[in-house]
Amino acid sequence: MKYLDEYRDGDIAAKLVERIKRMQTRPWVIMEVCGGQTHSIVKNGIDHLLPKGVELVHGPGCPVCVTPLEMIDKAHAIARRPDVIFCSFGDMLRVPGSDGDLFSIKSSVGDVRVVYSPLDCIKIARANPDKQVVFFAIGFETTAPANAMLAWQARQMGLTNVSLLVSHVLVPPAIEAILSSPQNRVQGYLGPGHVCAVVGYAEYEPLAARFHVPIVVTGFEPLDILEGVLMVIDQLESGRADVENQYSRVLDRGGNRPAQDLIGKVFEVSDRKWRGVGMIPRSGFQLRDEFRAFDAEHRFSVQAIDTMEPAVCISGQILQGIKKPHDCPAFGTECNPQHPLGATMVSAEGACAAYYAYGRHLKDADLVTLGDNR
Amino acid sequence: MCLAIPGKVVETFTAEGMHMARVQFGGVTREACLDYVPETQVGEYVLVHVGFAISRVDEEEARRTYEALAELDQLGELDIPEVSDRSGGVS
Repeated sequence: MKYLDEYRDGDIAAKLVERIKRMQTRPWVIMEVCGGQTHSIVKNGIDHLLPKGVELVHGPGCPVCVTPLEMIDKAHAIARRPDVIFCSFGDMLRVPGSDGDLFSIKSSVGDVRVVYSPLDCIKIARANPDKQVVFFAIGFETTAPANAMLAWQARQMGLTNVSLLVSHVLVPPAIEAILSSPQNRVQGYLGPGHVCAVVGYAEYEPLAARFHVPIVVTGFEPLDILEGVLMVIDQLESGRADVENQYSRVLDRGGNRPAQDLIGKVFEVSDRKWRGVGMIPRSGFQLRDEFRAFDAEHRFSVQAIDTMEPAVCISGQILQGIKKPHDCPAFGTECNPQHPLGATMVSAEGACAAYYAYGRHLKDADLVTLGDNR
Repeated sequence: MCLAIPGKVVETFTAEGMHMARVQFGGVTREACLDYVPETQVGEYVLVHVGFAISRVDEEEARRTYEALAELDQLGELDIPEVSDRSGGVS
């Protein structure tokens, strides 16, 4: 527990915070992209440790959160079919669609199973040849190698009862959309560590150059995040806008080539709608034509479904760093993890759910901080 | 859910043409696909995301990351039962 003890003792953390304070001369807004980073920041009160003027805003990097309601409704329509075993990562089961969630379908009409890995679907499909096994293939680049392998193996093995409901999204187009918005406030980024373990960080270099924003690929541990913030502020204060790697003990610029190769064989880039944000061009993956037979939308001919998000929900602005959970009148009252109204409350990695989980919906909760640096 | 969990490779084998391993996470051992880090040897540590090793790490990094994930309550997926080959149900 050496590393965490050091954080708790505050020695290294305090030194990093002190260096940030000494370096910072102007207010800066920094966005962390990864939902795991958001969770770590809120749980550890890292935003409260930082000096006044260094604001952390929470980006769209929770795949469960940004899966559009239409796609969730499609999943539910397929999961209700008597001939289907619907498989999903556990995080998706409590996300409400227009009519209930996968848990309620599991306990009533459907055979819904939580799987650890997409490859579990192959075992389930072989053991249940009279059933159609459908996997809800959500995720960012980190999850794409796993989901690609399911499609690849299903085709290699000639399995006719496996398909994927694909709702894959990509980080760089979302960063581009946020930076292109006239309302943008974000001046620097903590890049997503485990996403870049797969794809590397070369593709972030054009973004940093075009928008003149520093991007520091960062881990998710408290000291990683503080060091990432320090590296971003160092760049901001000196007028640089480079891609740097705080997380070099795990990843390099090129990422994982074998994983990238299989992703490229199975998926192609496509337009995707993001919950709370809307359509972002070329911001996700769809199965290539060669794998169309394994596309659940194609196999089950699910029609486009019209959905309505609650008007009060501001999750789209929160995902883009324009607003914070406390700016929403429904936060912690009519909107909470048991009854989420929008993207940022539906998963523990969403900004609103993380704020709620660590008591920030309570009155005066923001006064309880780990440091006294504000 | 983009976090990957570090574990120790305790056994390697081939299944359906894939390079597979048993990987130990704390007290739990799970199957993981090694196709994306094929050079990995028994005794080494890998970061595993939804049953796929995506990166190799050293023992110290693995230990520290595992403890950090435990702190963040991010090890829940290891509680999901393994699917058995025969029944397709949980074992």
